[in-house]
Amino acid sequence: MSTVELDAQQGPGAPRGAAKAAPRGRRLGLGDPIFRGLATICGITVAVAMFGLAIVLVYDSWPAISGLGTKVITTVAWSPTEHKYGALAALAGTALSTFVAMVIAVPLALVIALLLVELVHPAVSRVVGTAIEMLAAIPSIIFGMVGIFVIVPWVQDHLVPWLTSGPLGSVPGIKPGSQFQGGGMSIFTAGVVLAFMVLPFITAVSRDVLKMVPQVTKEAGYGMGSTTWEVMRNISLRYANSGIVGAVFIGLGRALGETMAVAYLIGSVYTDIPRSLFDPGTSIASLIAQQFSEATDRIQVSALIELGLILFIITVLFQIAAQAWLRRVQRATGGRA
Amino acid sequence: MSTVVDVRRAPPRRRSIARRKATDLVIKTFSWIGAWFGIAVMAFIVYEVVRRGAGALNVAFFTQATPQDVTSNAGGFANAIVGTLAITAVAALIAIPMGFLGGVYLAEFGRNGHLATAVRMIANVVMGVPSIIVGVFAFAIIVKPFQHYSGFAGSVALAFIMLPVMARTTEDILNLVPNELRESGLAMGAPRWKVTLGVICKAARGGLITGATLAIVRVAGETAPLLFTALSSPYWMTGLFGPGGFFGGPVANLTKTIYDFSGSPYPHWQQLAWGGALVIIIAVLGMNILVRLLFQRGKQW
Repeated sequence: MSTVELDAQQGPGAPRGAAKAAPRGRRLGLGDPIFRGLATICGITVAVAMFGLAIVLVYDSWPAISGLGTKVITTVAWSPTEHKYGALAALAGTALSTFVAMVIAVPLALVIALLLVELVHPAVSRVVGTAIEMLAAIPSIIFGMVGIFVIVPWVQDHLVPWLTSGPLGSVPGIKPGSQFQGGGMSIFTAGVVLAFMVLPFITAVSRDVLKMVPQVTKEAGYGMGSTTWEVMRNISLRYANSGIVGAVFIGLGRALGETMAVAYLIGSVYTDIPRSLFDPGTSIASLIAQQFSEATDRIQVSALIELGLILFIITVLFQIAAQAWLRRVQRATGGRA
Repeated sequence: MSTVVDVRRAPPRRRSIARRKATDLVIKTFSWIGAWFGIAVMAFIVYEVVRRGAGALNVAFFTQATPQDVTSNAGGFANAIVGTLAITAVAALIAIPMGFLGGVYLAEFGRNGHLATAVRMIANVVMGVPSIIVGVFAFAIIVKPFQHYSGFAGSVALAFIMLPVMARTTEDILNLVPNELRESGLAMGAPRWKVTLGVICKAARGGLITGATLAIVRVAGETAPLLFTALSSPYWMTGLFGPGGFFGGPVANLTKTIYDFSGSPYPHWQQLAWGGALVIIIAVLGMNILVRLLFQRGKQW
């Protein structure tokens, strides 16, 4: 039971308290306060760094916030040569590509987590789980390269012609929009690749959450004659539902801020809101990646930083929400069962 | 809906056992397909990178600087590899001691106090901040005041990403050490810092090394934070200061160079980019697997 990993609140509180009350070294009186002080400072630095980041972002985006007002988030005309910085297309592209990614990744992550927790031997579960986790270790740029050299040609040469010539070709959302460029570099391709980038995160958190469901509760279900799926749906998922929400939010936060792979794949059209899955677009992160170092206009730099600030706020909110939901499960299940 | 959890609210719906079993089988099949699909994607990525990159790995790749002439087939990625090693090493030098001490604070001193709870929460949040934003931050605090890009700015960005990872990993690992060890150390009259460093951290060293290595490996493959901090350069890094030095100017690095070269229209440059991708994937996956194998024991008490 000493493997309390997630939350010390539920951990063995009493023996810890005893450790604290034990006599400290009195021979060298200085060592302890210095060590404790140093550790505390480093701990606080972790927190201060985030506030520093927030302050810097607000400070540097101020020229754009005060100079352009709400134009950055309400207009679609992004044209540095005309000093127009409307990034609605980037906001829409971020939302759409993330949506595509989540539609694919969440169900996939849930069935994989089910497999890891309920269906296979723990040893097999560890091997399969590690293999899925390794997806998270692959750098974003490699997802981008494999995407652009392998997936984009396939989507463009096979998937899109097949889809658009079939009965689905006239369905809104699949029917090519005005910016259509063949469909290879598009919201769809970016979303599909994003799905596999966030899959390991959602899988890992869902697995940990499902593991917290007390064994006796599940056994009660099996004892009533339930099938594995019925126990999963009616007991585990209900018991752990807030944790699953947390897992999804963690994946969402990742997908929203993912930069390199999206910059490769989304098509980099800054001036129009994509009307179809197979239209090219842009995202906040990829717009920053592609324009920041070449931006010469002070307002352009500031507008890009403002977009960074918006992305920062959104991802922080999702992270906080994720932590809150995950803590609810921990409280409900008493840490780890 | 519910047949098990709440009998009062939902009277059991009668469904044939055959149908229930069929549903169960379908879901189980999907689970297996899903898991194999995930693994297949992983294998496919590795396969593509190896297939396209293996041809680029020759002596020149590891000894020559990135080519500037598009017509010749010479050149390698050696300057970029050196740059990435330098940028990552400096980031590790900044973030690992600080992150380690921060983790010691969370696990040994702060624990469930309000401050430690807040720090823990913020560290979790910072881990989810997109790396491109960290790049913007490093640009604003290092590149802008000094008026030039530098390898050091890249290190600062990477260190920012590593810091919370290192702190939280250290905390989790120290929490696994049984309390009896702490108590026995203190009962011997050893001061707290000696117990922490000499007993607890020694007991957990396998896990700590794993944590630090994974934190380093995690940032080594980052591109976005380097885009406008370390930038890129076709030259070798020349010492520390001056326009070609680590603190003085853009420093070649693997990921940004891969990004630039893979987007170029020249087959030889694209080939080099795949070679770079292969080097990164070997390093990242290799280190991941290696530390997991070597120090697996350190995580189990």
